[in-house]
Amino acid sequence: MGYQKDVKSLMEKEINKNLENNQSFIVNDKHIFFRKIYNILFKTSIILFSIISIIPLFLILFYVLQKGITAIDWDFFVKLPKPVGVEGGGISNAIIGTFLIILMSSLMSVPLGVGTGIFLSEYQNSKLAYVVRLFVEVLQGVPSIVMGIIAYLWVVRPMGIFSGFSGAIALGMMMLPVIIKNTEETLKLIPHSLKEASMSLGVPYYKTILKVVLPSSISGIVTGVLIGIARIAGETAPLLFTAFGNPFMNLNIFKPMNSLSLLIFNYATSPYQDWHRIAWGASLFLIVFVLFTNLVANGVAKKWKVEF
Amino acid sequence: MESRVLEIKDFSMYYGDTKAVDNISMDVYKNKVTAIMGPSGCGKTTLLRSINRMHELVADTRTTGEIRLYDTEIHSISPIVLRRKIGMVFQRPNPFPTMSIYDNVIAGYKLNGIRLKRADRDIIVEDSLKKAALWEEVKDKLHRKGTFLSGGQQQRLCVARALAMKPEILLLDEPTSALDPKATTKIESLIEELKIYVTMVLVTHNMSQAARVSDYTAFLFLGELVEYGQTQKMFTTPEDKRTEEYLTGKFG
Repeated sequence: MGYQKDVKSLMEKEINKNLENNQSFIVNDKHIFFRKIYNILFKTSIILFSIISIIPLFLILFYVLQKGITAIDWDFFVKLPKPVGVEGGGISNAIIGTFLIILMSSLMSVPLGVGTGIFLSEYQNSKLAYVVRLFVEVLQGVPSIVMGIIAYLWVVRPMGIFSGFSGAIALGMMMLPVIIKNTEETLKLIPHSLKEASMSLGVPYYKTILKVVLPSSISGIVTGVLIGIARIAGETAPLLFTAFGNPFMNLNIFKPMNSLSLLIFNYATSPYQDWHRIAWGASLFLIVFVLFTNLVANGVAKKWKVEF
Repeated sequence: MESRVLEIKDFSMYYGDTKAVDNISMDVYKNKVTAIMGPSGCGKTTLLRSINRMHELVADTRTTGEIRLYDTEIHSISPIVLRRKIGMVFQRPNPFPTMSIYDNVIAGYKLNGIRLKRADRDIIVEDSLKKAALWEEVKDKLHRKGTFLSGGQQQRLCVARALAMKPEILLLDEPTSALDPKATTKIESLIEELKIYVTMVLVTHNMSQAARVSDYTAFLFLGELVEYGQTQKMFTTPEDKRTEEYLTGKFG
């Protein structure tokens, strides 16, 4: 407060001085000149910062592309990994595993997340909503490795076997907050009058939500799901002691399953040159997948947007 | 004597501890337009929304007294059934943004899961749009989105949507307040034409609109029914001093 008072009295003094000298205290060529300079400096620096922020991504893309592109051919997608020392082979088991695990996580977390999102937007001010919102925030901040340990304790230990299913549970928990928040935010934007229109036609509440409100917000919800998928596609830590990895093709969700991120982790830490190359290839594939998912999410958000 | 459709008797309505509608009794007559007017915050919209129990969407409301649709107390039947008998048009046009014009009109059936033959649906859609004076303008683009229409057209689409359910009463909540003068005129003449099909209750803050379109007028002030009677009589020889003052612009 004292500081502000000082500034104020200083300013008043300055203004009074200017008034006494019959000078204009606002229009002052020197001030204007410096203001323009500051403006230009400020603008240039924020543009510069933005460019610096995207440099890492470009470097990563460039580097991964350079290292990984040689590993990618048709066999890479359709063949199984070969033993050490044998040329060729692919990562089809990891690709299938990743998609299966993502599918399972989505099947679990989409209904849960959308349902919770509906609740949070419908009962915004209830006590339960407050608690749920708080927990969702915290869930979002839980380290991914902890999710893995939890899934290990809850699922792997009781079932006595590592499995793709347990990995999906760990990843589903990571996806959940993204979907909940997106659904809630999207639904909050739906005008109340739309719900009233439906209710006034004698449409029951649940049908109003399912048939009027949800279809109107489908773009936001789908975008949320896609962002959630992009978020978990490359997660490694939660899968280390859940899905565990598997050198063979496995479609049984209750058996250990390979994923791209696990394959990258295992191959990159191995001493074999050939495996390093495959790990780079898998990284490239994963990055392209995440990039693509994000682009689709943006497209959906724009294309399916409902105008009111 | 006109036949009575709706009977409001000693009806009060509270938001929490505040009384929004205070002990109102009035009758609504068949195939007439009844206007509810009064200054802002006098409870006219609240009263209107009580008629199809839309006020129940707001938490913490309470009512006393009776509202009877013919001989049925409206609180004794499910709001879902009631709302199919009492349609509503809102302040702002609110067609369903995901649906075509055709689907918007038939929405009451579709959303309620009432299955109709295609031919029956076509008849209902055409009939409702004709009643809402919109058919000529949209008959070639029935499968375009309802939100492509102008504001006035959208509002008439909402009228058609409510009419499609063949309601006993149509509630109009300041239906022209978001529209330009030209669209307002159209809605007003539409209200005149609709009288032969449906009984209407119109909330308006616009006195001249009440005078133009209604047969009966209720004047509400601070939640109280000050005066209720035939529009012509009320606007020429009001009984209550407050009505006269409101009509001459001394307050409100």
